[in-house]
Amino acid sequence: MVETKEEKKTVTILFAGDSGDGMQLTGSQFTNTNALFGNDVSTFPDFPAEIRAPQGTIAGVSGFQLNFGSVDVFTPGDNADVLVAMNAAALKASLLKLKIGGTIIVNLSGFDKKNLRLAGFLNDENPLTDSSLGKYRVLEMDVTKLTRACLADTGMTVKHIDRSKNMFVLGVLYWMYNRKLDTTLDFFKVKFKGKQDLIDANTKVLTAGYYFGDTSEIFTSRYEVKPAPLSKGVYRNIMGNQATAIGLIAAVRKANLDLFYGSYPITPASDILHELAKHKNFGVKTYQAEDEIAAICAAIGASFGGHLGVTTSSGPGIALKGEALGYAAILELPLVVINVQRGGPSTGLPTKTEQSDLMQALYGRNGEAPIPVVAPCTPSDCFDVIYEAARIAIEHMTPVFFLSDGYIANGSEPWKFPVSTDLVPIKVKKLSAEGDDEKYRPYVRNDKLVRDWAIPGVKGLEHRIGGLEKENETGNVSYDPANHELMVKLRAKKVVNISDTIPDQNIEIGENSGKVLVLGWGSTFGASKTAVTELVKDGVEVSQAHVRYLNPLPKNLRDLISRFDKVLVPEINDGQFVKLIRDKYLVDAIPFNKIMGIPFSSQEIKEKVLEILG
Amino acid sequence: MSIEMENPEVKLSGKDFASDQEVKWCPGCGDYSILKQVQSTLADIGVKREDTVFVSGIGCSSRFPYYMNTYGVHSLHGRATALASGLKTARPDLNTWIVTGDGDALSIGGNHLIHLLRRNLNVNILLFNNEIYGLTKGQYSPASPKGTITKSSPMGSLDHSFNPLALCLGADSTFIARSMDRDPKHLRAILAEANNHLGTSMVEIYQNCNVFNDGAFFTFTEKATKGNTTLQLKHGQPLIFGDNGDLGIKLDGFKPVVVALDESISPDDLWVHDESDQVKAGILTRFFDTPSAEMTLPRPFGVFYKESRSVYEEDVAIQINQAIKIKGEGDLNSLLAGANTWEVI
Ligand SMILES: Cc1ncc(C[n+]2csc(CCOP(=O)(O)OP(=O)(O)O)c2C)c(N)n1
Ligand code: SF4
Ligand SMILES: [Mg+2]
Repeated sequence: MVETKEEKKTVTILFAGDSGDGMQLTGSQFTNTNALFGNDVSTFPDFPAEIRAPQGTIAGVSGFQLNFGSVDVFTPGDNADVLVAMNAAALKASLLKLKIGGTIIVNLSGFDKKNLRLAGFLNDENPLTDSSLGKYRVLEMDVTKLTRACLADTGMTVKHIDRSKNMFVLGVLYWMYNRKLDTTLDFFKVKFKGKQDLIDANTKVLTAGYYFGDTSEIFTSRYEVKPAPLSKGVYRNIMGNQATAIGLIAAVRKANLDLFYGSYPITPASDILHELAKHKNFGVKTYQAEDEIAAICAAIGASFGGHLGVTTSSGPGIALKGEALGYAAILELPLVVINVQRGGPSTGLPTKTEQSDLMQALYGRNGEAPIPVVAPCTPSDCFDVIYEAARIAIEHMTPVFFLSDGYIANGSEPWKFPVSTDLVPIKVKKLSAEGDDEKYRPYVRNDKLVRDWAIPGVKGLEHRIGGLEKENETGNVSYDPANHELMVKLRAKKVVNISDTIPDQNIEIGENSGKVLVLGWGSTFGASKTAVTELVKDGVEVSQAHVRYLNPLPKNLRDLISRFDKVLVPEINDGQFVKLIRDKYLVDAIPFNKIMGIPFSSQEIKEKVLEILG
Repeated sequence: MSIEMENPEVKLSGKDFASDQEVKWCPGCGDYSILKQVQSTLADIGVKREDTVFVSGIGCSSRFPYYMNTYGVHSLHGRATALASGLKTARPDLNTWIVTGDGDALSIGGNHLIHLLRRNLNVNILLFNNEIYGLTKGQYSPASPKGTITKSSPMGSLDHSFNPLALCLGADSTFIARSMDRDPKHLRAILAEANNHLGTSMVEIYQNCNVFNDGAFFTFTEKATKGNTTLQLKHGQPLIFGDNGDLGIKLDGFKPVVVALDESISPDDLWVHDESDQVKAGILTRFFDTPSAEMTLPRPFGVFYKESRSVYEEDVAIQINQAIKIKGEGDLNSLLAGANTWEVI
């Protein structure tokens, strides 16, 4: 029995196990408990591409990393302080992510002969018995055996009992970090509603894990991570895809429109469809189409009918939507297109993150077809940015790209959520008055070059739209050379004009001028912020700006960039935003790229900044 | 598809459904006749222009919406069915017509077509079948019979062709019918029936492309031959055809046989058309060989099959109402808050 309590500012834990071991659930429970306790939290699940890769193999390892702290945390942590390894494969796959001197909690029965062999440890090699883990603190416990003993008299089968072993580990961690079991106990009641035996069994195992921490002699200390000084208010925990779904519902509510959501399942975007399908009581129409082309075309049809059409996919599916994207651009109808990016090209790395579809979003169409592009930078930011995407689509009658990625889509963090009245109203310019005798002209524009939204059902506004070039104002088919050039320019100018309605680019961290500007977009936000915050503390002349509006770019960005000697653009791709910046502003921006399907660590960015400072 | 009509104050004529745009099909193209029959049918049914939408794909036939004084969408090649599905799901109140060609519907848009049919949205599909790609100047289409000589198949096409109505029946279409450009009266009657059907109505219309595939259907449309090559389907009536109404069709098990009506065989012995019989409709769609000699199976025209099945957009609305009943009308503030919140003071 220990009673030394060591205080920690931040702790990063990596849960790793077989994909059947329930690591995602364990991680999210630990996250929720810490969030409710008041920590700042950031998470990153990392699952295998296969649903059930062979048990015990490296390919089947599923991980969940979380970083929680009594201070602000912006990333799921560069390296883990604690690694929970449910089997030998999990240890092998994750050891590199553990800090030197870190703690490993191992499940002994996951290191038997068979598991060692499956993990690729040859000739009776066993990391637990040789000295290979000498740089770490290893806490061994036989989770499988302890769980079985705990539920021996329940009459449950061994197979069923083994499913609860993750709860034993969770109990141990709750003890280590001095947390209450309540949140998880409440979760059991909902999850296993009507199955009292399962509620009882899981409660028993979780509690047993907690007391095991207390009574066994293997733990030398407990840790204390105090609540973080988050700004005042009411919080919840939220994942990126969830925030995206909720943001869409909020936007249509504030615009007083109906939502039509056309989608074809694809990782890592499907969870948005799943989330929206749960909220049909908001009048949401989810449409699981036969393919991505049908999904976007159906969404365009719904927009023509006066709904907000939304379509979602990831890279391969967005490629299929290409023709229809140009079509939506020439029709000038509202449409939100969500790309939850993953590793490419082609099928690429379905479960890994990447930012490599920016060029596709900006330019991936035939003809001159500019489309506004926005990108969220954290899980909760998905809410604000999708709301903006919807606003721009509706108020400017245009398709809008929302570029999220696997990292923020599946990651989570505490969110000081708004209430409905905090949200800016979205102004819909739907024509509902009956047209007069004069023939209705669908492509007449206002001063922002936005046309009206004339939806079927209104007498006098009958009109035809299509993908053929249209005569200015009347919308009639036209092959006139000068008219084509005029229309191309008008559509482009309309998109440029959106920059009048977006906020100026701010400096996130650091001074307004200096030696280096770390200029990012999307999910590199947290790593950059952590890196720049630490560098600034050390007196380095570096600042961070993080762009959410990629097309059109904020008007002041040129000026902002010009106030720094060097501009560093970190991206999880082979250099795309950096090309845009060079193209737009003729500056010698420096690319910094990682194309490994995993996010930057803040350390990597720090080192790069120091390197270019010389 | 079927839409309940209020009586409009002023009765519109076919001309009222014509837009001010000049019609630009080749002179003599079968599309003209179809356009005219559609316009006058809409006037007959009494639907309002503002409640009507024509959605098309790409092709000569797909220029159709520009010539209609209703709402219209000229979409992408093959995607009219997909776009209309979203539109109709969003707006069940709209009288929605899809105009598509044999290339548009059966080649590039084949996938969306079968999925629309199985979902059974309450729309009308007019498939202008000219057995050729007209707009791209005359390549063979999935409906061109094997061996068709075109620019892209100078030695004859090698692809086995689709049997469009058999394909649609296979996709569980709830209404299939065939008509032709050269029989205006028949076409109007079929269009009206299609409009009355609650669910997806698939009307295949034989359309002459006089520039790239002239005469593809002349055997069925011209006086000299049509008596012995066509069969007019009428619900509850025996299958009788022939110049003098002297030929009939009998079922020998599942095998249709052509018989001459004489003292030994009377109309009572013949197969009586039943629009609700899916198995027999399947056999009818297989009357597909080009009738050559006498006593070969004729090509059927009219309504092959009609079935009542739930309509997708209604099911969508029902589910939304169910969700509201169970959970209550969605409350944005509780959605934003979620199930677990905490306060930082
Ligand atoms: C994506 C795409 N591929 C190809 C084309 C070229 N194209 C236009 S119409 C057409 C075929 C039209 O044939 P059909 O649907 O039978 O219509 P018809 O012209 O015969 O009425 C083709 C291949 C196109 N417009 N878009
Ligand atoms: S090419 Fe054929 S189908 Fe097209 S308009 Fe001319 S005749 Fe009609
Ligand atoms: Mg054709």
